[in-house]
Amino acid sequence: MGTLNSKVPEGLLKDKWTTYKDKINLVNPANKRNIDIIIVGTGLAGGSAAATLAELGYNVKSFCFQDSPRRAHSIAAQGGINAAKNYQGDGDSTYRLFYDTVKGGDYRSRESNVHRLAEVSTNIIDQCVAQGVPFARDYGGLLDNRSFGGVLVSRTFYAKGQTGQQLLLGAYSAMNRQIGRGKIKMYSRHEMLDVVIVDGKARGIIARNLVTGEIERHSAHAVVLGTGGYGNTFYLSTYAMGSNVTAIWKAHKRGAFFANPCYTQIHPTCIPVSGDHQSKLTLMSESLRNDGRIWVPKNMDDVLAIREGKLKPIDISEENRDYYLERRYPAFGNLVPRDVASRAAKERCDAGYGVNKTGEAVYLDFAAAIARYGKEQAHVKGLDEDNKALVTALGKDIIKAKYGNLFQMYEKIVDQNPYETPMMIFPAVHYTMGGIWVDYNLMTTVPGLYAIGEANFSDHGANRLGASALMQGLADGYFVLPYTIGDYLADDIRTGPIATDTKEFDDAESLVKSNLDKLINNNGTHSVDYFHKKLGKIMWNKCGMSRNEKDLKDAISEIAELRAEFYKDVRVPGNANEYNEELAKAGRVADFLELGELFAKDALQREESAGGHFRDEYQTPEGEAMRRKEFQYVSAWEYKGQPKDAVLHKEELVYENIEVKERSYK
Amino acid sequence: MKLTLKIWRQKSANDKGKIVDYKLNDVSPDMSFLEMLDVLNQELIDKNEEPIAFDHDCREGICGMCSMYINGRAHGPDRSITVCQLHMRSFSDGDTIYIEPWRASAFPVIKDLIVDRSAFDRIQQAGGFISVNTSGNTQDANGTLISKHAADEAMDAATCIGCGACVATCKNSSAMLFVGAKVSQYALLPQGQIEAADRVQNMVAQMDLEGFGNCTNTGACEVECPKGISLDNIARMNRELMKAAVK
Amino acid sequence: MSGFFKSSIGRKIAMALSAFFLMVFLIIHVSVNMVSIFSESLFNEMSHFMGTNPLVQFAMQPVLIFGVVFHFVMGFILELKNKKATGIGYAKNNGGANSTWMSRNMIYSGLVVLAFLGLHFYDFWIHEITVKYVGGDMTGLIDPENLNSGFRYYEELSEKFHDHIRTIFYVISFILLGLHLGHGFTSAFQSMGVTAGRKKTLQTIGKAYAIVIPLGFIAVALYHHLKYVLA
Repeated sequence: MGTLNSKVPEGLLKDKWTTYKDKINLVNPANKRNIDIIIVGTGLAGGSAAATLAELGYNVKSFCFQDSPRRAHSIAAQGGINAAKNYQGDGDSTYRLFYDTVKGGDYRSRESNVHRLAEVSTNIIDQCVAQGVPFARDYGGLLDNRSFGGVLVSRTFYAKGQTGQQLLLGAYSAMNRQIGRGKIKMYSRHEMLDVVIVDGKARGIIARNLVTGEIERHSAHAVVLGTGGYGNTFYLSTYAMGSNVTAIWKAHKRGAFFANPCYTQIHPTCIPVSGDHQSKLTLMSESLRNDGRIWVPKNMDDVLAIREGKLKPIDISEENRDYYLERRYPAFGNLVPRDVASRAAKERCDAGYGVNKTGEAVYLDFAAAIARYGKEQAHVKGLDEDNKALVTALGKDIIKAKYGNLFQMYEKIVDQNPYETPMMIFPAVHYTMGGIWVDYNLMTTVPGLYAIGEANFSDHGANRLGASALMQGLADGYFVLPYTIGDYLADDIRTGPIATDTKEFDDAESLVKSNLDKLINNNGTHSVDYFHKKLGKIMWNKCGMSRNEKDLKDAISEIAELRAEFYKDVRVPGNANEYNEELAKAGRVADFLELGELFAKDALQREESAGGHFRDEYQTPEGEAMRRKEFQYVSAWEYKGQPKDAVLHKEELVYENIEVKERSYK
Repeated sequence: MKLTLKIWRQKSANDKGKIVDYKLNDVSPDMSFLEMLDVLNQELIDKNEEPIAFDHDCREGICGMCSMYINGRAHGPDRSITVCQLHMRSFSDGDTIYIEPWRASAFPVIKDLIVDRSAFDRIQQAGGFISVNTSGNTQDANGTLISKHAADEAMDAATCIGCGACVATCKNSSAMLFVGAKVSQYALLPQGQIEAADRVQNMVAQMDLEGFGNCTNTGACEVECPKGISLDNIARMNRELMKAAVK
Repeated sequence: MSGFFKSSIGRKIAMALSAFFLMVFLIIHVSVNMVSIFSESLFNEMSHFMGTNPLVQFAMQPVLIFGVVFHFVMGFILELKNKKATGIGYAKNNGGANSTWMSRNMIYSGLVVLAFLGLHFYDFWIHEITVKYVGGDMTGLIDPENLNSGFRYYEELSEKFHDHIRTIFYVISFILLGLHLGHGFTSAFQSMGVTAGRKKTLQTIGKAYAIVIPLGFIAVALYHHLKYVLA
């Protein structure tokens, strides 16, 4: 099991990165011109990496399946980005951000990586402001901050409810500058379908032009995957419709170990499912928990009356409401981390207290905040604080200024006015902490193949804190990979261009083509979505917010059966040499069907509860997650032909700078 | 709900294309517009016909991918939303709905309802950025104070999702709202000042080269913009170009 | 700078500049015409001054003609370019949902005004040129041989409005001009970088201008027409 070398540098934690940067190999500017790098994905990680590597002088080829790099799903992140700037003077520091992230991840992430992330977090904000990202500011012209779940300081920078969009457009603008200079060649509407390995090193990819259907060969000295997470395995999630596992799954099949596939974040505040037609779930930003109070009725009679439409939530008196997060976690209250909040909602709904027709929803109530802000405003303005109508109106204005766009979005989807009646929310799949295993350099177990951003497993352990995904994506792309990849490429300055007319490329291309032909000529009876929805149900019911041995074993066999059925019975209309979304979807679902099984296998193997992974068998008497010392490792899976044959490798996690404690938010 | 759909079908860029009628009998008002099309596509696949190709991705109104002209309006009848946020409760039982792709010479149809909007990317590549390298030692983020007013206004301009509704709805297929928003974002921030003249000149030149039409200030773009980008951004771009010309 | 007026925005600014010029001219024109309602002699004197002053005739008149021609030619060029930019039209389009009729049909209101100008040139300008520069009669008198015959301007003006058809065409043209100005006034400011759409005062002035100016012309036409019909 000694195959994993995380290559963490020696030395004090706080000096590791600085010392390491000083010592690694560099490529001289003249030689960078002779080196090609392929970057797949143009989200925060892929986009920022492409821009930075092109600035440095490398020839970058960038790929995305969307019609423009600007549409990568990083764009949908609402709340914010963390950085240890301590602009608020509330005691924040690099160490505290490091500490919060490791603790938030339930002590399942690599210390050195997380500390590096906290170190470069401040550079990200500087960089983005210089790029013209319009972060929110206060009246003095200084940057504003808000607070997010799981922490006790305000370190989150934001741009209205569209922080991800603004950061991505920043990275996209940096890319545009390099595309304009000819340093990045952009391939939009292209999907990567395989990695090409030559002499044990990643040397290119096979991509399909989604418009013409043409299969293309692209070579490079290194390949970087910034292709995001695989939450769409669950069919319903807050991911974009096109988000998929294909790129990293193909990499896995070519030798990259897949780490912690079962670590999935289920976000507590999403709009509940409305019916079978549902294609996607919509997130309501975590920032809402700053002002919203989460509750369900205390009495079952009230629950039933609400479901039958006989009672309205606003008619239930305070003493008959169960603010269960405030009850269970008085210190953090409604701002507990996401995994804790989601599980608590599930616990109440499983107990029968869900408030919509399906019994899968809880209330997120702003009435208290409206009253509080309204009173404050009335007092400030010297108006009558006892005038209820006035106070409510003033309070609503404040809430509107803070969350107006989210409230509007909610009303559009649910057709209820959240200023008047509490929102209904339920947890939904939102992020995957697991991903391709990488070492300190962000290199996978395949030399020359890198994984950055959500595509790798590295920084969030078993649970990610809010506003940390944007931080990690940009840290990897702007400030980590550009250094570490040079160390590898320094050996490649004499290699010259990589030929694509080799046997390795031939083989990879014919494999891709035969896979596509198989799907298109299958002539089965069911559509791709039919199988995807079935997979999603298995995943949600058996590998969701809580898992147990029996369910996981069932899931493994059910997914394997479903996969066999898929290959026997899927119907893909049209043909392969044209724009064909069904074909693209079929390829992605085929990979989800393999990953899903490994996911369940990983969850089965991890006989503990940690972060987003909760095993019914391993909980404290109070129903909290029970971590086990013997599972303090990263599970990294090696592909061996079938998901069931995957071989487990362990990277033991060592905590020298932080005390591993029970993770309590009480 | 029962609906009659009149949808533009076009096999490829070279095909002529035509409106084809479809009927749907069981549409729930809680469905989103795209989910309604999913249902139709499912029926088509089950009948062994080719599903309707349309662009979509995030389905929460932020990626800017979805792009349909519905009953004569970009993103359909409701204001301040994209197609993916449009719900079927905005229609009535028995309605006939026209669904067409964005129309503009600079946005050629790729297939059915999908158009090629890469012209937008090329305009941004011509100057839609601030030339700053990633170094890790740029000025501290609070080193330059920016008034809340300017930051908020820049943010309002920056919310553009690049969907192209402004072009689609403009009777001249003009891209001025899109370009104006990007020019404005940088023109409003101190960081954007150094390159301001070059930026606006290069972006406008590229916009013209792509074959977008001229602005006649009808204001339709502002009304149909899902993010409510204001016409003031076009005025600001005009000022910026005049400033650049006399420099 | 030369590149500036080749760009789409440069052209639009040129369009706005010529529009401003024409709008100022309209104020002068309508003022002089209005005088004809109140004072025949003052109208005649003003007309004679305008018709014979070298500065007006040889400096301002060519500029005006250039302004008119430029505004039209540029309007056509832009319209053609815009047509080319739009390509295939929509099977169903609901323009009324997001913009005014005036703003969408500037080319048509403009074309009617152009047709009117054709008539106006024929009636007035060609006539003046023929009398003054071909015939060499700079006296402005009804009968150049008779110093007591009085100025011809008022008489010629009122005579034009004897005809029903011509008067109706005149009135319609000015209604269309009103619609043209209803969008054009604020649009010109917007093109020049003034956020006209947001400035309430500008909008009000624009509306007033678009109503008052054409109304003035129409009033003159109806006054002379009714005076003749009822006499």
